[in-house]
Amino acid sequence: MPAPVIRAANLVKTYRVRGSARLARGARSRSARTPSEFRAVDGLSFEVAPGESFGLLGPNGAGKSTTMKMVGAVSTRTSGDLEILGLDPDRYGPEIRSRLGVVPQEDNLDGELNARENLYVYGRYFGLPGRVCAQKADQLLAFAQLEDKAKSKVDQLSGGMKRRLTIARGLINDPRILLLDEPTTGLDPQARHILWDRLFRLKERGTTLVLTTHYMDEAEQLCDRLIVVDKGRIMAEGTPGALIRQHASREVAEVRFGSAHNELAAAQLAGFGDRVEVLPDRVLVYAHDGEAVLARIAETGLRPLTSLVRRASLEDVFLRLTGRSLIE
Amino acid sequence: MTLRPAQGGSDATTRAHPSIDELRAEALAAGRKPRRFGSWYATEHMLRAMRAYGWTIVVGALGQPLVYLFGLAVGLAALIQQQIPTGDGGSVSYLVFVAPALLMTATIAVASEEFTYPVMAGFKWRRYFYGFNASALSSPQIANGVTLAASARMLFAGGAYYLFIWAFGEVFPVVTVLEPATGWISVPVGLLAGLSFGMPLMAYAASLQEDKGQFALVQRFVFMPMFLFSGTFYPLGNLPVWLQWIGWISPLWHATELGRMAGFGAGADPVMLVVHVAYLLVLSVGGYLLARRVFTRRLAR
Repeated sequence: MPAPVIRAANLVKTYRVRGSARLARGARSRSARTPSEFRAVDGLSFEVAPGESFGLLGPNGAGKSTTMKMVGAVSTRTSGDLEILGLDPDRYGPEIRSRLGVVPQEDNLDGELNARENLYVYGRYFGLPGRVCAQKADQLLAFAQLEDKAKSKVDQLSGGMKRRLTIARGLINDPRILLLDEPTTGLDPQARHILWDRLFRLKERGTTLVLTTHYMDEAEQLCDRLIVVDKGRIMAEGTPGALIRQHASREVAEVRFGSAHNELAAAQLAGFGDRVEVLPDRVLVYAHDGEAVLARIAETGLRPLTSLVRRASLEDVFLRLTGRSLIE
Repeated sequence: MTLRPAQGGSDATTRAHPSIDELRAEALAAGRKPRRFGSWYATEHMLRAMRAYGWTIVVGALGQPLVYLFGLAVGLAALIQQQIPTGDGGSVSYLVFVAPALLMTATIAVASEEFTYPVMAGFKWRRYFYGFNASALSSPQIANGVTLAASARMLFAGGAYYLFIWAFGEVFPVVTVLEPATGWISVPVGLLAGLSFGMPLMAYAASLQEDKGQFALVQRFVFMPMFLFSGTFYPLGNLPVWLQWIGWISPLWHATELGRMAGFGAGADPVMLVVHVAYLLVLSVGGYLLARRVFTRRLAR
């Protein structure tokens, strides 16, 4: 097992909160003396192996982006240990960032420059000679399928194109680790699939990927291993398959009885599968064989408005672990 | 496309990954150039971004002196035949008196543009500072880049102004530069004037979370009063004492006095020379240090 390229131990980031309106969730229970503190990241420990594709999965506000900023050697940690490429980001920020590629949640391309210039100047930040930047910019425009947009002002590009350009920009320095913070949020399905394809290719080339997402399918598609984060803490860790096996059943039967009747129907479904979960709009029955559950429901005389059987996903894992769904 | 040479099989797990010692050494080597030259890389970006409004910059830098000098020489200076006393017993024509003040105003006007909107854009509207910061550049280098690029524009504006003042004297039968040996010093003084106004302004702009029209207020209630009450169009001593304090705290007045010393040797009192330079330096350096701090804090959140 090669040494990890990212090693985080007990990572904590607290923010000072002005006023008490957004009173810290962690702080309230933790210490009454510091009520104006917000613990965005509350003791995360994880390691990422070279070439691995590692995911942070969690709802909005779970602390994923804050963690990414610390791993990106931008945001300083409040406490804990952190080592990226064998270096401490507090001391070696520029050195670490020289070998990272970063795709932030919000695009921060320079709209005053065209697509190619955005790549070119970004290469210059790493001290790459102009000739190399120009060459790389052309290669990356091809990689991002944006050759015909090279001269377009960034403001004229679609959301998907901007994301692809941002990813291309993150690759200008041949990074050892690529950090992607919610790379496909807000993109249409087609744009997401193009992006996933590009990320697969990078993974095949051996680039270490670290990504955050609140999309289950994305995590299952892209991540070798992931941590489920909620309220700044790790709820579970493992491969997507292992997490599903461990925290959910093989299949899920989803039945809808109408919002007024779900609770009542669910009571009658107790014992039909491994577990029954009632959501406002539907009832989930976790079982090895979903079709068998539907057959049994039909036998009891319950008439769901709609029903379907699907494979259990990370969404179910998250629901199980936190009692809440990911996208609220 | 070749991002990295292929290193064996396609399966990531069978690939020979470099050891952590190799990765560390690679990072330490890669960080050397950005650490040393990062401020210039940020400057390069800011200068490139200026090209988007390059036309405004050129027209402003060339048109403003033309319009002001012509307007003043033909209009106001024709009206004001009176010679303006220089403080050391001598006197100069109105145009000569007012020219250094106009140059200083021009560079300060550039500062009031370059250290406000682009800073707000970098943090909030376009967020490109966060892009810089995710690369090998550090927060202070980003602040340096903004400062250096704006300085280049101020030197251009100040230099253009000085050339126009000089050229005016060549074209028209008026003497515009009385002391050619020292007159050019008003260009670097103009840069210092811009920085002394711009550095604290950059710190302020970087600290703003929301744009609620603060920059327009700065223009109206800081820049304009300063322009009008800093001994720009008449000696500061002409103002009633209870208004003179505006000049005393105004970087424009201190810079203008320096410009007049350089341009026509107005009351070149060594003590006042030191006071003027020191005041401008304190504002520039103090503002710069503050801005650096605000940049670093905001980007490290």
